Amino acid sequence: MKKTIITVVGKDAVGIIAKVCTYLANNRINILDISQTIVNGYFNMMMVVDMNESAKPFADVSNELVQIGEEIGVVIHCQREEIFESMHRI
Amino acid sequence: MINTYEVNETNKMIGEQNLDVRTITLGISLLDCVSSDLNELSDNIYAKITRVAKNLVSVGKEIELEFGIPIVNKRISVTPISLVGANAAHTPDDFVKIALSLDRAAKAVGVNFLGGYSALVSKGMTEADRNLIKSIPDALATTSLVCSSVNVGSTRCGIDMDAVRLMGRIIKESAEKSAISPAKLVVFCNAPDDNPFMAGAFCGVTEGDAVINVGVSGPGVVKRAVAETKGQGFEELCETIKKTAFKVTRVGQLVAKEASERLSVPFGIVDLSLAPTPAIGDSVADILCEMGLERAGAPGTTAALALLNDQVKKGGVMASSYVGGLSGAFIPVSEDQGMIDAVTAGALTLEKLEAMTCVCSVGLDMIAIPGDTSASTISGIIADEMAIGMVNQKTTAVRLCPAPGKSVGEVVEYGGLLGHAPVMAVNPFSCEEFISRKGRIPAPIHSFRN
Repeated sequence: MKKTIITVVGKDAVGIIAKVCTYLANNRINILDISQTIVNGYFNMMMVVDMNESAKPFADVSNELVQIGEEIGVVIHCQREEIFESMHRI
Repeated sequence: MINTYEVNETNKMIGEQNLDVRTITLGISLLDCVSSDLNELSDNIYAKITRVAKNLVSVGKEIELEFGIPIVNKRISVTPISLVGANAAHTPDDFVKIALSLDRAAKAVGVNFLGGYSALVSKGMTEADRNLIKSIPDALATTSLVCSSVNVGSTRCGIDMDAVRLMGRIIKESAEKSAISPAKLVVFCNAPDDNPFMAGAFCGVTEGDAVINVGVSGPGVVKRAVAETKGQGFEELCETIKKTAFKVTRVGQLVAKEASERLSVPFGIVDLSLAPTPAIGDSVADILCEMGLERAGAPGTTAALALLNDQVKKGGVMASSYVGGLSGAFIPVSEDQGMIDAVTAGALTLEKLEAMTCVCSVGLDMIAIPGDTSASTISGIIADEMAIGMVNQKTTAVRLCPAPGKSVGEVVEYGGLLGHAPVMAVNPFSCEEFISRKGRIPAPIHSFRN
């Protein structure tokens, strides 16, 4: 299973998780793990997701998430897990 | 499982410290394009490049998007054209026609540069080599994406001083035809077959039909890591550089493997180079300053660079299954804001740069010199640099840019990744008589290992 990491960083506001998760659910993207913190009013979330059931190509999901991020004032990155695995694991 | 700290560290490297993959370079052998008819040869070359590299740019973009890592350049390197064209091109003008065909193919597939308009003449020049070299000024002036290189020496063969003499004239003539041309022309000693970096990339005859070579970058990342070691000992400094180089190289390895799979082209090597850009914070000179030098060029610079270069290799080697190319720190002037500042401040001279090339890859790179510098002086500078490579069994290169009509201190703009450079002073004493001697410098004694 190819996993994808979604990171959401920005000023905290009501409904950030709801908005992102709704989008993921609508596109049949399964959330495997979430960790989230708020430091000094700054929201920082990392999700591990499985996109195998999603009908949309990776590029579309990534672009649409970036767009959602812009709408709610946070920065959203969507990256395949391998880049982190290869950099931080031997 | 990956944690938030690690994800943030990677994304900070990319977002704030300019971490990128500098280039995916697709090496394409053109040996099967050979024909005795010039038009047929040109057509064969165009057809092969546009077929093999058809998806290079789109695959590069796909990988960028999926992993969130910028891939700055997608490039092509081809078999040295003096070999491919030997049977069909009988004059310098014939070779220019091949260059135009390469340029068209490069534009058709959308790559940034195509390297391999090259001749390998470390021991002697064939008629084709000579014609190709003579065609370089016109070939570079009439094309926009073609890059040229000439290997004039090696540890095994010595230095072909006839070629060195000729290259002094060719570099000068290229600059007179077009100010940007010398930026696309490199003179090498011990040129590697699998270098992914321009302007010196070519696909050596030891390579297969096609191969993916990847060049990583990351001076900004190393600089940030070195900043954390302020006041600590050399052991901590070295460990930090090694660990950082490991991480940077792993990204290169990942991108190389992905590109290789998606293009169905074998993976060749990852080139472990710290390649700077003119962007603020993406400078090798800044790393040296972070280590404790007031400016690049200050006493201690060569030692600091030697340490940096060695630790980058030590960290990088374990991160990739195949390492090759130039692998080391690049010290171009125009492409590195810290180097430009050092030259402007009077801290860095041509002679100090020459000393620095003894301990890193590659050589005197992107250095603007006065337009009235004589061809024999340029040849003399080339000969010195080639001698360093020959004796130390390493690659060295010269990419000097005579700036017509400009004198020391004036600034030349090259644009984009090539940056800008202050014109540097050249030693005014003559080497004319030495350079006029015919023949070659014999191979050094330590080349006889058999």
